[in-house]
Amino acid sequence: MPSSASSSPGDTAAPPPEQDLQAHFDRTIARDQRVEPRDWMPEGYRKTLIRQIAQHAHSEIIGMQPEGAWITRAPSLRRKAILFAKVQDEAGHGLYLYSAAETLGADRDDLTQRLLEGRQKYSSIFNYPTPTFADVGVIGWFVDGAAICNQVPLCRSSYGPYARAMVRVCKEESFHQRQGYELLRTMMRGTQAQRDMVQDAVNRWWWPSLMMFGPPDDDSPNSAQSMAWRIKRHSNDELRQKFVDMTVPQADMLGVTLPDPELRWDEERGRHHFGTPDFAELMRVIKGDGPCNAERMARRRSAHEEGAWVREAAVAHAAKQAERARAEDKEYAA
Amino acid sequence: MAADMSETHDALDDHVYLSLTDGGDEGDARWAFGTGFADPLHGVATALPEGVDAAALAAVCVALGDDALVSAQRLAEWVTRAPELEEEMALANIGLDLLGQARLLYARAGQADGTGRDEDAYAYFREAADFRNVRLAELPRGDFAFCVGRLLVQSAWRLALFERLAGCADPVLAAVAAKGVKELTYHRQYAAEWVVRLGDGTAESHRRMAAAWTELAPWLGELYADRTCEDFGVPAAEVAEATRSVLGQVSEAAGLAAPEAAPLPGSGRSGDRTEHLAPLLAEVQEVARAHPEAAW
Repeated sequence: MPSSASSSPGDTAAPPPEQDLQAHFDRTIARDQRVEPRDWMPEGYRKTLIRQIAQHAHSEIIGMQPEGAWITRAPSLRRKAILFAKVQDEAGHGLYLYSAAETLGADRDDLTQRLLEGRQKYSSIFNYPTPTFADVGVIGWFVDGAAICNQVPLCRSSYGPYARAMVRVCKEESFHQRQGYELLRTMMRGTQAQRDMVQDAVNRWWWPSLMMFGPPDDDSPNSAQSMAWRIKRHSNDELRQKFVDMTVPQADMLGVTLPDPELRWDEERGRHHFGTPDFAELMRVIKGDGPCNAERMARRRSAHEEGAWVREAAVAHAAKQAERARAEDKEYAA
Repeated sequence: MAADMSETHDALDDHVYLSLTDGGDEGDARWAFGTGFADPLHGVATALPEGVDAAALAAVCVALGDDALVSAQRLAEWVTRAPELEEEMALANIGLDLLGQARLLYARAGQADGTGRDEDAYAYFREAADFRNVRLAELPRGDFAFCVGRLLVQSAWRLALFERLAGCADPVLAAVAAKGVKELTYHRQYAAEWVVRLGDGTAESHRRMAAAWTELAPWLGELYADRTCEDFGVPAAEVAEATRSVLGQVSEAAGLAAPEAAPLPGSGRSGDRTEHLAPLLAEVQEVARAHPEAAW
């Protein structure tokens, strides 16, 4: 629902003083209403959103790589189709999200440039390798599952275009998660080699997946402001706990062991107790020293550079078309 | 009030994730089909009609299925390498359509040749020498000009074939062709627009598009001479003529000479292969063959 900030001042009237705009914005947030692109918003809110949405978009695009590598090798045509469609969905999510960032005045080419220059980040999870086909299933189950935990609350984010983009993204993510889990269930009913492959992938992805929720709350500098602005709705640790509580019974049903010796049900708290992820590792991967950071960026850069002549051709053709149309109009007019 | 709302929201938030283990397996085949929920063969009788030569039908299905699978594989190689996100989307979309066509055609081949083989048996457990795709499909990925040039050739040709096959005597092949017509019309449109953009765009893009036509031209004779579908009422000469006409029109709009050259000897339909198919299949088949007892 658009707030009324955009419609209240007349065109000729002097703009309202900033404190009125701020007060109106604060009321919109407090009432859990949506901020829309033409509404006044504090510069910090705009910048924070652009950064968050751009990082999310970059994550979708870089996230195509680890699984995309298995499309050509998927072991059945049905799995090939599912994976191909999933990776295509990720490109689509990237597109909606870049569009949402553009409603805040950002420019997709500029955001892409920031990614390529390493000035904007993407989710650290995509810097881990995918050595076996079981990784495709475990990414669907854990990584898409963690993404859902993070993103479902964002469907109620205070910024309208982002919230609406997230509704669609979340629907597709939950579809991907089901597909991943179903692949693992099928593999667990298969050969011993397949079961071993699944357990091995679970062992490798569990801790990095828990790190997807970010640093612990007492070490997460931007979180408090984002929560106050209702850009973010739950703390990192709350979401991490929720993910663990949801995943444990799914692991039991699947017949795999989550690689955490501390993991147990805490009767008193009514939640699972679990070990602490290696946040030093998270920081190393974010800073660029993960197993695949260089490879992911190199691929993205080479696709961008190799495509430059194509994008230039499209621009040149459009300009020529426009020129020809103008010349034709002149001819008719004469 | 705020607390109440937040609890309601939490319950909603949980719902998506918790549904994961619900439902068991019975619904999976439907949602996991990959390219859409509708079964294109719903309501189509699959019994072989009288008067249809089963061996000829199987041969057509395998040939057209192989074209589609090999082309889809080349398009899959573009994933994360396309020049723009919109092209990522489009090339994947086209690859998925072709993969869907391959699956249906292989399934029909298994019914027609009496072996009862499933789609995966054709894709994963045949050797390069058993494939019957046109050689054009197996040529390496190339640059984006080669990609859209090859796509235009293949989609114009396949569309001309499918439009005619949609009325053929086998109801399954006819249904697959009718579904494919809609898909291929889009593929042809997408490819034609890019060939024009690249031919007209910059000196560099024009040079690359012209080079792609030069590279593709000697492989076209094999398509024009293909008589695989003649038993099903599709005259090869008519299909060749329709294809040439599209390539001529698009080339003209792109400011390029139409791709014409003396055809290379041999034919993929007779089992002649380039050196490129075996490595392509090695990649397709790698995991499936490493675990022949596995279920996926």
